[in-house]
Amino acid sequence: MAFRGMQSFSTMAEEKKLFKVTIDNIPVEVEPGTTILNAARKIGGDVVPPAMCYYSKLQGSGGKCRTCLVKVSKGSDADPRPMPKLVASCRTTVMDGMEVANITSPEVLDARKGVVEFLLLNHPLDCPVCDQAGECDLQDLSYEHGTEATRYEFKRRTFEKIDIGDHIKLHMTRCILCYRCVFTADQLTNKREHGVLNRGEASEIGTYIKNSLDNDFIGNVIDVCPVGALTDRTARFKNRVWFLKPVDAHRDCDKCCGKTVLWMRGDEVFRVTARKDKYGEVEEFICDTCRFEKKEAKDWVVEGPRKVSRHSVISQGHYVGVHKPHETIREVMSGRDPKLLMNIHSVSEVNQPSVDLSKIDGPAHSTDFPKINGVQ
Amino acid sequence: MQTLTNRAQPVDRRPMTFWEKMYLPAIAKGMGITLSHIFKKKATVNYPEEKRPFSPVFRGLHVLNRDEEGRERCTACGLCAVACPAEAITMEAAERLPGEEHLYREEKYAARYEINMLRCIFCGFCEEACPKQAIYMTETFAPANYQRKGFIYGKDDLLIPDPKNPITVKK
Repeated sequence: MAFRGMQSFSTMAEEKKLFKVTIDNIPVEVEPGTTILNAARKIGGDVVPPAMCYYSKLQGSGGKCRTCLVKVSKGSDADPRPMPKLVASCRTTVMDGMEVANITSPEVLDARKGVVEFLLLNHPLDCPVCDQAGECDLQDLSYEHGTEATRYEFKRRTFEKIDIGDHIKLHMTRCILCYRCVFTADQLTNKREHGVLNRGEASEIGTYIKNSLDNDFIGNVIDVCPVGALTDRTARFKNRVWFLKPVDAHRDCDKCCGKTVLWMRGDEVFRVTARKDKYGEVEEFICDTCRFEKKEAKDWVVEGPRKVSRHSVISQGHYVGVHKPHETIREVMSGRDPKLLMNIHSVSEVNQPSVDLSKIDGPAHSTDFPKINGVQ
Repeated sequence: MQTLTNRAQPVDRRPMTFWEKMYLPAIAKGMGITLSHIFKKKATVNYPEEKRPFSPVFRGLHVLNRDEEGRERCTACGLCAVACPAEAITMEAAERLPGEEHLYREEKYAARYEINMLRCIFCGFCEEACPKQAIYMTETFAPANYQRKGFIYGKDDLLIPDPKNPITVKK
């Protein structure tokens, strides 16, 4: 049986002429034309280089952020010379017999540290305020590869916050210029109205003369943004991602697949996003109607809790497999319930029924909360 | 029977002598010990007239701090609540409106901030987690109360008074 399996494997290899690549001493066979990054993703685990700009669902993405740099220690079987410099693995295609070092090369790790420092040069590090915190690629990257402090001594560039349309907030200050949103708008919507203005250090994402974007799929730029530059205005400042419970849900939608993740608190739907895979990439893009307008639990069919990585802060407080102890007080007290000394909902000012955060269009303001003893 | 240690002493069961039967010397000896304690340093203090100094690392009641200009430092990032092992902290955030810059330091602030002192275990993780130096633990206890609802501390209880704009209303 094993013999037959091997035979069929070898015939398949002959048909497709698979290239044999070794990444961090792990061999893998991939089709010609595959990039090193995708070959590493085929192996999975720690050898996958991080990527801030590459997005497998967007054509032409990649090659801008330089976080996926790897060392090619052997070019191919035909030409075994190493590549002279570190290469961006999302843009370099594999050759037969190529040997790549990612986490086994101190040179790569050092270069990546430098890249993270460069990406953070102008980043405001306002994570306590930013809505992306907790699910931010740049946060994860700098935790894993960054240094504790910056050596930059000059003023960071700042921009005014802009509302792109009714639902999207652009914080250009946080942008790392990965161009993912530009590709998304270009490839998903029929009319792109935003792009990158100016050049070099002065370049910024913008809509020319502040054109508002109102395409059916433009909301996906929020999901593809690796940082908090593009955020959902309908969920702005409503709650931190790790206090909300993500659930898989779907609805019949005539524009998109309708498969989403709802971020809920109780029965309130605070935010709707597309489902993301382990590389933080959207599985299927969703339309703006699903994302921004269906903010009630009755609009959705809830499938169950979303599987969140155990190491993510989002999984905090999500107690799974909890067995509630058997309540004996009723039996002992001959059917009488224990006296409730305090119902927290009658005392607490948080999550009051009079202030329904999920129903407010934009972020909540001081006008939405009544004052208590002159203090808000 | 084998002894566990070699320190066991056999009980002295000899009959008491005349001197021991009188008891008076033993009583005098005991009273002597009692008298000598009158002149020793007392272990207790006359609380509340007299109070012991707190250790500088004492973790007492929380306060929400303000910056030099009297603006609230808390930006409702939720790190205190996520660090809290007792899940005592809850909050709701709001966006600062134009014209409220003198009240709140950042563009986002905590419109509601509550600590359930019945749940709090005074571990100090919230103080440690705070990236904005907004929450601090003071050298005071949470005062006693007759009802449980008095232990739900809102922003009006926690926020330190604004030196420029003192609030006189009491709960």
